[in-house]
Amino acid sequence: MAQKTATHAARAGLGIDAELARRLLRDMVLIRRFEEKAAEAYALGKIGGFLHLSIGEEAVAAGVTSVLRPDDYAISTYREHGHCLVKGSDPRRIMAELFGRIDGLSKGKGGSMHLFDKSTNFLGGHAIVGAHLPLAAGVGFKIKYEGGDQVIVCYFGDGAVPQGEFHEALNLSALWKLPVIWVCENNRYAMGTSLERALAQPEIWKFGPTYGIPSEAVDGMDVLAMREATLRAVTRARTEKTPALLEARTYRFRGHSMRDPAGAVYRTKEEVEREKQRDPILLFRDRATKAGLLSPEEIKHIEKDVNDLVDEAVAFADASPEPPLPELFTDIFKEA
Amino acid sequence: MAVMTYREALNVALREEMTRDPRVFVIGEEVGLYEGAYKVTQGLLKDFGPKRVVDTPIAESGFTGVGIGAAMTGLRPVVEMMTFNFALLALDQIVNSAAKLLYMSGGQFNVPIVIRGPGGPAHQLAAQHSQSMEVYFYHVPGLKVVRPSTPADAKGLLKAAIRDDNPVIFIESETLYNVKGEVPDDADFVIPLGQAIVRREGTDVTVIAYMGMMYRAMEAAEELAKEGISVEIVDPRTLRPMDTDTIIGSVRKTHRAVVVEAGAGFAGMGSEIAAFVTEHAFDDLDAPVERVTGASAPMPYAKNLEKAKTPTKDKIMDAVRRVCYTNGG
Repeated sequence: MAQKTATHAARAGLGIDAELARRLLRDMVLIRRFEEKAAEAYALGKIGGFLHLSIGEEAVAAGVTSVLRPDDYAISTYREHGHCLVKGSDPRRIMAELFGRIDGLSKGKGGSMHLFDKSTNFLGGHAIVGAHLPLAAGVGFKIKYEGGDQVIVCYFGDGAVPQGEFHEALNLSALWKLPVIWVCENNRYAMGTSLERALAQPEIWKFGPTYGIPSEAVDGMDVLAMREATLRAVTRARTEKTPALLEARTYRFRGHSMRDPAGAVYRTKEEVEREKQRDPILLFRDRATKAGLLSPEEIKHIEKDVNDLVDEAVAFADASPEPPLPELFTDIFKEA
Repeated sequence: MAVMTYREALNVALREEMTRDPRVFVIGEEVGLYEGAYKVTQGLLKDFGPKRVVDTPIAESGFTGVGIGAAMTGLRPVVEMMTFNFALLALDQIVNSAAKLLYMSGGQFNVPIVIRGPGGPAHQLAAQHSQSMEVYFYHVPGLKVVRPSTPADAKGLLKAAIRDDNPVIFIESETLYNVKGEVPDDADFVIPLGQAIVRREGTDVTVIAYMGMMYRAMEAAEELAKEGISVEIVDPRTLRPMDTDTIIGSVRKTHRAVVVEAGAGFAGMGSEIAAFVTEHAFDDLDAPVERVTGASAPMPYAKNLEKAKTPTKDKIMDAVRRVCYTNGG
């Protein structure tokens, strides 16, 4: 009974209960720790190629996903570790994929930019900017074709907005009334090109109304704001089969990829430091603590659990063998 | 057996497969209300409704991507390109998404999609609407590429393509839509992808040709017979996977090979087949493999220049005579 009262009191504060607060914090911390470990592994040469971190942007993935059902779909870019993690994939198998090992989600054949998990309806991991937006519309088409009430969330960056496929896909989703939640992770830089240098209309949410799509700009550093905006969009999509556009205003604390040095010239150190004051994990941790939803002990517990999980993921990936050579020629065609 | 046009055969194939499998739908520009720019989808909207016959705006990359997204989650789209020339706008979707999703996902997501429409040289349609498009696709691991020459093949191969679990590029031809031929009525008449066919048996030289070039090669073979040259014609039908067994088998019999293709020759299908024959049947060859290809120029509009760009019956006959070391006299 006491617990029930506490929950009620908490709801009055932040509009969520303690269990949800734990989940949101845990998901954000998981993304952060996972990617910090991945960066370490990259520095050690255990991960190759490109590695794009979403550190700083965790509130978007965590807030959006907290609204989704397991049978909803998500599709993303090459900066997708977080989206994939919180959709429910096994961190060990994601890390093994980054390591290029046989126990990775894609048997080591996809890598960091191409995570896929059929068991969680996570549809990739796409690395041609803008190209997965039409695919998301196609998944929306499929949901409607079969009469389901799922939604698909499509994450993309501000860099995709100038691409033709953004406009083709938004138009089709509105024209055909498809249950697609377009989530633009606006971190203000397409690699090194700032929004203002790329878009004549830098307020991305304004492209939504052009296509008749309900749209809003959301504080992407506020996990609860992300959750609430997504809830509105998903509820509408499930009942009315209409798309929505959320412009999540966020910031990546790290470079575009691991090859983007901290001293890059396209943004100032001062700007990065200023944005770090809006760290979504710290912001939410403080709010949840003040609202009495999470105690310092609980937070420590969450952090320890996540650290253990990530350490285990690294150990698992390290122990997993490289894909055997015959894998080169499997999965090119599906055999009947 | 019924006699019908190539166009009707395609229409029947679509109808039969849509009836057989509710996951199959048709999507593209003008496929519904307009009944297809070349009328391949005639009557489908009336019979299957707008849910399964989907008109799109002009957005090739967009609606091809829609097809791929629908296919990776369980539907079986047939995407129509009004002409394959427009498929270049969707090339990234086809090459980077459709062809690679199965591989990149370690076997989790296959893409059972057919992308079909006319391609190849047509009549005075000029540089942007009249070109051989297969070359852009058969290079890519993960794509199957079909070029059906006859009404029966059009039906049997399209049905196989729709039933295939992988992306299939299915390129028809404006110049063949009115060709008539016998077509099996059987709703389960399917021609497996990857099987060539010997169109004409012969003993002196193997000519490998498909689509309009196959018909020109047949005419050339008729005339060459009068000169005492017996030509065997192999139609690959599927360019990838290619039925190399049938091609090599024929070359081992005739010891000579000529490859005909409408497209510009550089790094074309003729190059690939000539290389393969040389690698695998060199000791059987009595002459170097000859290629007869389109000229390496954009397709001109003027009638005389268009004719000069395209392989003719005479050019095929000359090539056959060369590998037979005879001048026809």
